[in-house]
Amino acid sequence: MRQRHEFHVDSTRYLDDRGKPLGELPPQAGDVDRVLAAYRNMVLTRTFDAKTIALQRTGKCGTYPSVLGHEVIGTVIGQSLKKTDVFVPYYRDQAAHILRGVSLTELLLYWGGDERGSAWKNCPEDLPIAVPIATQCCHAVGVASAFRIRGEKRAVVCCVGDGGTSKGDFLESINLAGAWHLPVVFVVVNNQWAISTPRSVQSSADTIAQKAIGAGLPGHVVDGNDYFAVTEAVDQALERAHGGKGASVIEAVTYRLGDHTTADDATRYRSADALKKAWEKDGLKRLQNYLHDTGNWNPEQEKQLQADCKQTVDQAVEAYLATEPEPPTAMVDYLFETLPVALQGQRARIADKHRARGGQGGSV
Amino acid sequence: MNTPSGQTVTPPESRAVNNVTLVEAVNMALAWEMEHDENVVLLGEDIATNGGVFRATVGLKERFGYRRVMDTPLAENLIAGTAIGMATQGLRPVAEFQFMGFIYAGMEQMISHAARMRNRTRGRLHCPLVYRAPFGGGIHAPEHHSESTEALFAHVPGLRVVIPSSPQRAYGLLLAAIRNPDPVVFLEPKRIYRAVTQSVADDGEALRLDTCFTLREGEDVTLISWGASILETLQAADKLAEQGVSAEVIDVATISPLDRETLLCSVAKTGRAVIVHEACRNGGVGAEVAASIAEAAFLDLQAPVVRVTGYDTIMPYYRNEQAYLPQVDDIVEAVEQVIAL
Repeated sequence: MRQRHEFHVDSTRYLDDRGKPLGELPPQAGDVDRVLAAYRNMVLTRTFDAKTIALQRTGKCGTYPSVLGHEVIGTVIGQSLKKTDVFVPYYRDQAAHILRGVSLTELLLYWGGDERGSAWKNCPEDLPIAVPIATQCCHAVGVASAFRIRGEKRAVVCCVGDGGTSKGDFLESINLAGAWHLPVVFVVVNNQWAISTPRSVQSSADTIAQKAIGAGLPGHVVDGNDYFAVTEAVDQALERAHGGKGASVIEAVTYRLGDHTTADDATRYRSADALKKAWEKDGLKRLQNYLHDTGNWNPEQEKQLQADCKQTVDQAVEAYLATEPEPPTAMVDYLFETLPVALQGQRARIADKHRARGGQGGSV
Repeated sequence: MNTPSGQTVTPPESRAVNNVTLVEAVNMALAWEMEHDENVVLLGEDIATNGGVFRATVGLKERFGYRRVMDTPLAENLIAGTAIGMATQGLRPVAEFQFMGFIYAGMEQMISHAARMRNRTRGRLHCPLVYRAPFGGGIHAPEHHSESTEALFAHVPGLRVVIPSSPQRAYGLLLAAIRNPDPVVFLEPKRIYRAVTQSVADDGEALRLDTCFTLREGEDVTLISWGASILETLQAADKLAEQGVSAEVIDVATISPLDRETLLCSVAKTGRAVIVHEACRNGGVGAEVAASIAEAAFLDLQAPVVRVTGYDTIMPYYRNEQAYLPQVDDIVEAVEQVIAL
């Protein structure tokens, strides 16, 4: 018998759990400003996250999925994507959204039950947060197809969780990305948990990255809490996409340090010991240690950064809480470009009821 | 100039093409719009080199290239979702589903994303796309190839659902669907893909969406239908005329959002309504039409609204499909029943 194909999946890590380099770092480490900017964004994201959970607990925000522990991956995506590229997120990409220009107030509006939270002004082509699992993967290949059809040298980064890789949407999309040679990078945020279902139940494959092989794409595993490993992998995959060399899959291995959402209680299915061990690998702390060890960060700077982030988040919360709800007629006004006659009566009824009840919000 | 099916075009000034079937009209509309709007692209299974299993896209890959006429892998969910991504980039994708029986895998994308994109981004992104699918029974097709489940789509806010019932309306409605800035589910009654021919003016003139078409005026009863059943409904109207009953025939065409105005005006005039559709009765679009008439025109009615529909059963395999499909006599009997009251 002749061996037809063999495959390998590489795995990359540059820092140990404490942030000590394991060897030579990739060239991106030489750009200290970029590394510092990354660290600042991670701290801002974590500050925002904690505040949003507190808002939910006090009835001022809806159900919210914490990004705690994933800050490295989103930050790298936000840094590596060009402004002209398109980001196709799942629902735990806060760190990337912030760097793409989505305001914290917009993020709060979205999770606070207001559609204007997806009317992003600074990244108008990015796809909105996708709640139905993995469905966004199909949009990513559609956007990448548009780039290919028009001959544009732009690329797409699409995020999906480890649970999402069990869905046809992911598998069908990586398959098309291979068949059509599309400029797209799939970043699988493998945080070990799909609500309560552990990674081991999703698939018996040793890595998720190897699913790429079946689609004719390269698959690569990185330590998702290692800023340098994720940066190198995403930069290389984007260079490949921009250069017309096709798609790739990156499995970024991390850990969901929070509950699935504020409606979840992970203590029902996850041991305190496992969580404690995961905290020891935290990517934010790891980069902080690295910056400190290399003489690029000190406690005074840390104190200042924490204060700055708190102020930024507090201002966003203030703006969010001060935002009047839209008038209820908005539910009709954005359904179609022009309101069909069939809906005019319903719109009038919504407006009348709103007025009769002395409704607040903008004018109808 | 020849159309893909080879029929001759009459004087260029009129651009009228004679003997056009419904499926050829679909092809003509696609070709016209691709010629005049470079953002229009086609994707689907077997649509490029093969020209589609019903030949709706025949010749288009040769004319516009594989870059704009794309064979996809065999994955309907992917087709539906890829079209969404393309549309957010300003393309106007027309995605073909080979049969309605296979469209269901794509429904999560249609319902959760295509229909909602404009609303959930407050107009930042929208989906100017068309999902085409042949549907309906009566062609001796295998299992899963004969259902009429248009009501599933009509129930979804944010989708337009359009069903042509003649070559001329197929041409004009498909042009309108492609030019529409929002998602349109365009369901093509395959039983009449080649049943009738008409002269179609290949002039790029779109018809209006969101409006019914009154195909025949009458005084005694309003017959309301869409899709392939229009054929039997018109035949029933002929038969009724021989009996001295004057039937108005309305092709709803855009079943959602529904043009209630035209239907109500007609019922106000005739005082009777019979609704005809192939789909099963329970929760069908006919129920929405009947309820709308009952709510808004009850006092105009001289008889209850009656439906002539498929049964609430699984569509039988083709040996029994005629027993399921509404027949001309069923419609005539229903009219006789409401006239007698």
